[in-house]
Amino acid sequence: MAYVANAVGHNKKTSARRGRWTPYLLLMPGMFWLITFFLLPIIKLFDKATQSPGDNIGQFVQTWSFSNYWDSFWGAKAQFGRSFLFSFLATLLALLISYPLAYAIAFKSGKWKNTLLVLVVAPFYTSFILRTIAWEQILGNQGPVLGILRTLHLANSNTHITASSFAVVAGLTYNFLPFMTLPLYASLERIDPRVLEASGDLYANSWKTFFRVTFPLSSPGVLAGTLLTFIPAAGDYINADILGNPGTKMIGNVIDAHFFQTTDYPGAAALSIILMLTILILVLLYIRRFGTEELV
Amino acid sequence: MAEKSIQEGDLHLENLTKSFGEFTAVNSINLTIPVGSFFALLGPSGCGKTTTLRMIAGLEEPTSGRILIGDQDITYARPYRRPVNTVFQNYALFPHLTIFENVAFGLRRRGIKEVKTEVERVLKLVELPQMAGRKPNQLSGGQQQRIALARAVVNNPALLLLDEPLGALDLKLRKQMQIELKRIQIEVGLTFVHVTHDQEEAMTMADTIAVMNEGRIEQMGTPSELYDNPKTAFVANFLGQSNLIRGTIVGIDGDYRVVDLAGSKIKLPVSRSENLSGNILVGVRPEKLRLHKKGEAKSGNIFTNGKVIDVSYIGVSTQYQVELPGQLTLMVFEQNDDGLEPARKGDEVEISFEPNFTFALSGDQDIDAGSELEITE
Ligand SMILES: Nc1ncnc2c1ncn2[C@@H]1O[C@H](COP(=O)(O)OP(=O)(O)OP(=O)(O)O)[C@@H](O)[C@H]1O
Ligand SMILES: [Mg+2]
Repeated sequence: MAYVANAVGHNKKTSARRGRWTPYLLLMPGMFWLITFFLLPIIKLFDKATQSPGDNIGQFVQTWSFSNYWDSFWGAKAQFGRSFLFSFLATLLALLISYPLAYAIAFKSGKWKNTLLVLVVAPFYTSFILRTIAWEQILGNQGPVLGILRTLHLANSNTHITASSFAVVAGLTYNFLPFMTLPLYASLERIDPRVLEASGDLYANSWKTFFRVTFPLSSPGVLAGTLLTFIPAAGDYINADILGNPGTKMIGNVIDAHFFQTTDYPGAAALSIILMLTILILVLLYIRRFGTEELV
Repeated sequence: MAEKSIQEGDLHLENLTKSFGEFTAVNSINLTIPVGSFFALLGPSGCGKTTTLRMIAGLEEPTSGRILIGDQDITYARPYRRPVNTVFQNYALFPHLTIFENVAFGLRRRGIKEVKTEVERVLKLVELPQMAGRKPNQLSGGQQQRIALARAVVNNPALLLLDEPLGALDLKLRKQMQIELKRIQIEVGLTFVHVTHDQEEAMTMADTIAVMNEGRIEQMGTPSELYDNPKTAFVANFLGQSNLIRGTIVGIDGDYRVVDLAGSKIKLPVSRSENLSGNILVGVRPEKLRLHKKGEAKSGNIFTNGKVIDVSYIGVSTQYQVELPGQLTLMVFEQNDDGLEPARKGDEVEISFEPNFTFALSGDQDIDAGSELEITE
């Protein structure tokens, strides 16, 4: 008996000791990943942002030129504004399109639920760029959208949709739709249908039930979906590149040009940092305003 | 404004039926529940209690039949238009709202002005006024149950439906809540329809009980009617315990019929065996039987040559299993109030009981109906 008790006690001690280290062991791969692919590049980015061109082309030396930040920002302020406007519009549109979709999948789809979810994710099986090019064809002058509008006499041969702000926002909306739909679906799916029945029982018709119960309970999904759409959309440049015109460039296009056309690495780095910090501040303000801890 | 026109009236269910595909969950039930009564729907798991309640609440559409309150047909009315509120089996409180807002929900939807005073009144009624600012997940199960009750009662519905609201509570809290529910019902004077599969709960709380089995109402009546005069073997076994014995009517003696039970002749009142003849089931409750030493049973119906095969002492009473000739085993419950030495296992005994305590059922039923369900409960 004593032997057994002893063995148990011993076991407890070693497992407790191992237990103390388990979290750190589990964190190791992630930490390694973060340090190598996030922290080091960020440090490098800050380092690059204050450099100036050296003697040879493509060579830069550290001169602590903090004016790089202001100069590059001022030079791209229009694109900055446009980035946030476009991504805001795309997020709003994606929310308006995704909410009914996610609602239908969560509550009304019956046995089609899984099929519909696969369909939502299906676009991910083709490349982002290919999909955007496909949109160019769809909205293009020979594409089906204009074709239909022309037969309905809602457009004439001078009407174009591509190479416009509209096309860029449409492309952004489309490309990030699954990022909106999936979190919305997840939070709607989690709602106990009996709570909705209780609302009906307590004199709320369908609309009131939606605004008083369903929507508030889905707000974690709204929060996650809007962030997952807004953040990548604000930095995106493919859509503006393929579907836009020179007057619809976003900040991503400017950074892209700094890197690959004018080889202005410090300017590109400075813009990247400004973009990152602006998004961070916006997101924090947003979460403070709309995110509540007990909902998550 | 989706205002329910609150109106008083008895609840009538007429041939109410609900099928899920091939399966009939509720089979043509007819009920009338008078205004202001405490009505219990009692039955084993899966017999259709929740389905019945959901149809009354408007959460399930009947396959056929009608639901009326007073003379108003509400069979197909939307839930939010019915003067009916439900206390859900799992409480179903709104997790994102405070207790105050949970209780205020129905009042606000109807645009009632005195929200604050009304909410405070019912929170006091369920004795939780200090919880108004909390969220549901900060309450214990029993407290959530009381809030669910408050949320429904505050609307003064013509009809309050309670779906096993005490199911999740421990025995002590359950007893406490039973008393509290009864008190609230008397205090506010609403009609309560209380669903339960706990026969003791139904007996202590309800004015009228309907016993349900496999989608049908087996019998309806006051607790004592059901207990003293069960009409089917299912009710006899499900509500309390019964000794059921197969027998044959062999004659008549004044106001009594003479029945042959495996060789012993006993009497039972004609008034309790109307419409019966030939093979019947004779029933008598275990606490109505008296145990005697051999040769000492004098009056009433008597079984001789018994032998005690099991004794369990449970405080207020002692429960005996007595074996009789003809492979008959009877349960006998004796109060421990006479200071006499209890019988022991192996003792030879006789059993007597009043003919008036005997009831009779038609002999074509399963003698164990309802009892095995009780045991698995
Ligand atoms: N939506 C449904 N689809 C198919 N069958 C159902 C559905 N709802 C209930 N049933 C069936 O109807 C029968 C009655 O169900 P109900 O929920 O009314 O039982 P209950 O008497 O409330 O039981 P319990 O005491 O276990 O709550 C059960 O056999 C159940 O399987
Ligand atoms: Mg049920």
